[in-house]
Amino acid sequence: MQETRVVLRNMGKIDPVKVEDYVAQGGYEGLKKAIALSADEIINLVKESGLRGRGGAGFSTGSKWQFVKNTPADQKYVVCNADEGEPGTSKDLTLMKNDPNTLFEGMAIAGVTVGATYGYIYLRAEYPYLFPVLEQALANARAKGYLGKNIMGSKFDFDIEVRSGAGAYVCGEETALIESIEGKRGEPRFKPPYPGVEGLWGKPTLVNNVETLSNLPEILVKGAAWFKTMGTATCAGTKIFSLCGNVANPCVVEYPFGVNLKQLVEEVGGGAANGRKVKAVQTGGASGCILRADQIDFAMDIENCLKNGASLGSGAICVIDDSKSIVETVHNLLSFFVHESCGKCTPCREGNMRLYELCGRFLDGTAKEEDLDTMLDLADTMMLASLCGLGQTSPTAVVTSIANFRNEYLDCIANAERRNS
Amino acid sequence: MQQKSCPSSVKPTDTAILAQVTKLASPYKGKEDMLIQVLKKVQTVVGHSSISKDVAIVVAEAMDIPLINVYEVASFYSMFATTPRGKNVIRVCKSAPCHVKGAAEVMEAISKALGVQFGETTPDEKFTLETCECLGICAVSPAMMINDDVYGELTPEKAVEIIKNY
Repeated sequence: MQETRVVLRNMGKIDPVKVEDYVAQGGYEGLKKAIALSADEIINLVKESGLRGRGGAGFSTGSKWQFVKNTPADQKYVVCNADEGEPGTSKDLTLMKNDPNTLFEGMAIAGVTVGATYGYIYLRAEYPYLFPVLEQALANARAKGYLGKNIMGSKFDFDIEVRSGAGAYVCGEETALIESIEGKRGEPRFKPPYPGVEGLWGKPTLVNNVETLSNLPEILVKGAAWFKTMGTATCAGTKIFSLCGNVANPCVVEYPFGVNLKQLVEEVGGGAANGRKVKAVQTGGASGCILRADQIDFAMDIENCLKNGASLGSGAICVIDDSKSIVETVHNLLSFFVHESCGKCTPCREGNMRLYELCGRFLDGTAKEEDLDTMLDLADTMMLASLCGLGQTSPTAVVTSIANFRNEYLDCIANAERRNS
Repeated sequence: MQQKSCPSSVKPTDTAILAQVTKLASPYKGKEDMLIQVLKKVQTVVGHSSISKDVAIVVAEAMDIPLINVYEVASFYSMFATTPRGKNVIRVCKSAPCHVKGAAEVMEAISKALGVQFGETTPDEKFTLETCECLGICAVSPAMMINDDVYGELTPEKAVEIIKNY
């Protein structure tokens, strides 16, 4: 299957830190166009393109930009969420490592549009080797006048600073991320007010994912109609997918929305490694759905994933082969959330802990069938009552694995009974 | 006075190191938003002495921010340690993509080779073993990070060999 590289178009073709290389490939033409347009014209173009957030929530990018643009303030910020913490996801790393200027250009276009003069890239701590690469690339872009004062000779100022995280999954949540840039613990804020109204230091702040922002330069250059030729009716453009786990060819690939999940796993990923069979596929990262191998024959876009009991999330696709236990995998996922819950709200802090304990009962042979109902009940409460996306989505693996692999939980009970008798 | 309230088991941080910490933090006086960035640098300077209370006090004074803020941040993020660690921190990823590719076997081999459990430090204070969440290099899982270096496509044997280089 041939890839369609839009955001990864320069991968392997340029020296990532050299702005000249990027410009030679048509770089900063999108920004040039944006400078010539009015903010409303850009917003209409972005809306018309149908671009939606690539971080997981899928909100309309044009609408988000409009909120920030329409909020009057003396200072606004553009924040790039590069806290790619969703396990199994390496799209932002691939993007920033190979072509940081696409991201810078996307951020500058956003800045010009919403009226922000300063941007932050919040880089996760697990990518320390990327920090100097980004700094060098920024310095080079600044030296050529693509960032800084009067960018490209225009009346606009826009500069970017990289801020490093220090290891906290919850900082991928936009308000926790903002707290972290402010130098505090990464605990989510109550919403509303949304960051578009009151964000970084109380100022209107646009928070977009790396992949979302990296789509902008090409949209500006080639137009909304071109962008909509790729993807599905509700999700235009491409998506970067990370194939990982027990897949034969783990890789990071870019395909238009609507690509078939089964084809991705079997043709691109080569099925399960070591001659094993695919037992399950978890889509969307640790907070994603666990599907049986017979449930993955569908086109991947946000709506169609939901319709098929899956989640697109960050685009992570983790293959689990037939030698692995689903219950043990879920137990592992829950240990992740126990560790990563920030502790601010009770449903998430306590809920994940109890789910982890309950799931552990199936492994140590003390579980009863009604524990499954308790888990589902608890999951429901967490999804409804948690403060942020972490607690609202962390029980997804529990709920979907009980629905799709109930027999594995029951086998744990039966095996324990057999051992005890 | 406050330094005396440190638990007696914690060795006071070397004064030369504390002087380095002051030098690192002072340029950011009044810039509380730089606390995480400062602590990241401090962590490399203090090494296995960790961001203990006496270090936190120096940072708080140099940046002119309340001590509690320094402690709150230092205790929240995985990359900061408030208790002593070894010279090298080995972090093995235990997230699902690594988990299903044998991270547990890698951890067992490392633990056996160094004679300590995860969460512990070797008696010679050379290594601390920690688990961590996704390192984002899932195409080469299972993976681990030693200090700032990442390693992928690990087998139990390969992991043990890599550690010998530290």
